[in-house]
Amino acid sequence: MPLNELPIGVKPLPGAMPAFCATVPAAELRSVCEQARARKARLVALWGSDETLRAAGYALHLAIAFPSGLLWLTVPLSREDPRYPGIADIYPGANRMQRATADLLGIVPSADADRRNWLRHGAWAESSFPLRKDFDATARPTRDEDRYAFVKVTGEGVHEIPVGPVHAGTIEPGHFRFSIVGEKILRLEERLGYKHKGIEKRFEEMSLEEGAKLAGRVSGDSTVAYAWAYAMALEGATGTAPPTRALALRGMLLELERIANHLGDLGYLGNDASLSFGFFQFWRLKEDLLRTNARLFGHRYLMDAIVPGGVARDLPHSEAALLIECIGSIRREVVTLKSIYDEHAGAQDRFIMTGQVLPELAERMGLTGFAGRASGIAHDLRVDHPIPPWQQLDPRMASHTRGDVAARVSVRFEEVFESMRLIEALVEQLPPGEIRAPVAAARADARGIGWVEGWRGEVLIALDIAGAGRIHRLHPHDPSWQNWPLLEHAVHGNIVPDFPLINKSFNLSYSGADL
Amino acid sequence: MYQLLKQIAKTGIVTEPAPQPDAALRAIEQRLGEAILKHFGRSLAIRHVDAGSCNGCELEIHALNSPYTNPEKLGIKFVASPRHADMLLVTGPVSRNMEVALKRTWEATPDPKLVVAIGDCGCTGGIFGESYASCGRVSNVIPVDVVVPGCPPTPTAIMQGILTAISTGQRR
Repeated sequence: MPLNELPIGVKPLPGAMPAFCATVPAAELRSVCEQARARKARLVALWGSDETLRAAGYALHLAIAFPSGLLWLTVPLSREDPRYPGIADIYPGANRMQRATADLLGIVPSADADRRNWLRHGAWAESSFPLRKDFDATARPTRDEDRYAFVKVTGEGVHEIPVGPVHAGTIEPGHFRFSIVGEKILRLEERLGYKHKGIEKRFEEMSLEEGAKLAGRVSGDSTVAYAWAYAMALEGATGTAPPTRALALRGMLLELERIANHLGDLGYLGNDASLSFGFFQFWRLKEDLLRTNARLFGHRYLMDAIVPGGVARDLPHSEAALLIECIGSIRREVVTLKSIYDEHAGAQDRFIMTGQVLPELAERMGLTGFAGRASGIAHDLRVDHPIPPWQQLDPRMASHTRGDVAARVSVRFEEVFESMRLIEALVEQLPPGEIRAPVAAARADARGIGWVEGWRGEVLIALDIAGAGRIHRLHPHDPSWQNWPLLEHAVHGNIVPDFPLINKSFNLSYSGADL
Repeated sequence: MYQLLKQIAKTGIVTEPAPQPDAALRAIEQRLGEAILKHFGRSLAIRHVDAGSCNGCELEIHALNSPYTNPEKLGIKFVASPRHADMLLVTGPVSRNMEVALKRTWEATPDPKLVVAIGDCGCTGGIFGESYASCGRVSNVIPVDVVVPGCPPTPTAIMQGILTAISTGQRR
């Protein structure tokens, strides 16, 4: 069948979200991407795979979001010469994904592309590729030299501030190279990959059942979104239909995760604008929510609450009342705190016009998630593709166009209130029945897509099954891949002391993108 | 301003009692003398190092600083540099990309110092284990005094680990 938006033949991919597969030769990759870009389709992910065990060479994969659904595009590459024409000029977000793919698989874009390492910091040799099937996973490679060519800014009075990987706060590790004049930031260059711990290789050593637990630990703060995406991918690949009650419970869990993260960040945003009152108030409310999570679902962050086939634990009627009560009491306090934030001249002075990403740049670079919605990118998977349990709930999308810290604060407040409404509606309409269906047997070469609007943005799991309940290749994709490069732009012309505030307003995952 | 003060007054003090030390968390015998521990017990400076976690443990270290646990009440504070620290709180399996940075941070921390490994990954390598990209548990890279298991451990469990590290109790 043809794809609605492009003249290429596609095969529908079974699963909860609308998705399609297509294979194109490397020579046509750029033209397909150019047409997709012209139709405002978004690049969601880019990764590679080793197909030599399937009597082929390597493959490059792209996930592109069209209005009609997600296109999983596969580009076969030869074993002898796994090169392809790079697409980072068409989709700038592809730059780091292409470099990561080169580090892990030796699949490289054409000569004019940025060929610097991304995930390989010298922990393994340049000539060895961990995601190739012949890579010895038990070996401890010897350390290679670690060189990295930062872009040098020169001029009168320009100097550099190198920060990290070990930061001054309780933050994940990464390196930020600031080029500044006085206290004004001329340029920021990020170097990430410090947390690379071989997650994708680890998946290939696991059974499909064990993989669910690892998926929930790609980025701990988004454990629900990843666990759901993994379950969705596996259910799609095996033709398993989770019960409707389980889908409603998954919806609640995802919104609880969204509320908890937004509350914590709203606290830190106050703190970073010298309003420590905000930190203590919001973290008290967050703690109340986490304790309710633990009581009702057995885990403060809801880890392993979503399992393939359904959910691990039911919410009996008597306990649902506790959830409603907790949400109600937090809402009352957030209303008060929002009014305090809104009227606090000191905080607003720091928030407004700080760390701005205008809609045009956001669209060009592919900013996603709630940060995208603060910069006029009106996408939310719960709204774009309202599959159950969103179908009857009509989720409202938060949307702003100013793209500054204040807009991201506003979006977070709006999403907290909307998530509370959704949870209440889900509790009210909770259908009766089972909470878990048995997962059907997995066929070799079956593929599945999990695509979920996590609190930070769209989380993708692309699953390719090897047969015998094993994983051939799994790529988990965090929205942080797309948004990290925008942080470099957001800080232009701002002062160094506003960096922590701008950074926290995005709060991107290092672990989720370092893999 | 009135609304802000009203909110503070309405909230009151929510801090809960601190947990007791638990000698079972010790990985090695207490190396520090009572005189030093007496000082640490009144003012302990902690530097957190994420050596490769999934960021779940970081969420709980943030939550440790919430008003419910309020470590500052006990003289425990988080500092911005290892050079100011008495204790390193280390999370994650140690990724090989963080191995050098973790060793350097440990070397930059003045003696006498303590190390507390946080979470299942910090204690054993956890679900990520050892691989081409992961050194596994924290004690594979730097000496560890106390381990706090959990995925992630609760703020109370982390507080208990910290208090155990500065207690005189011997390993059980």
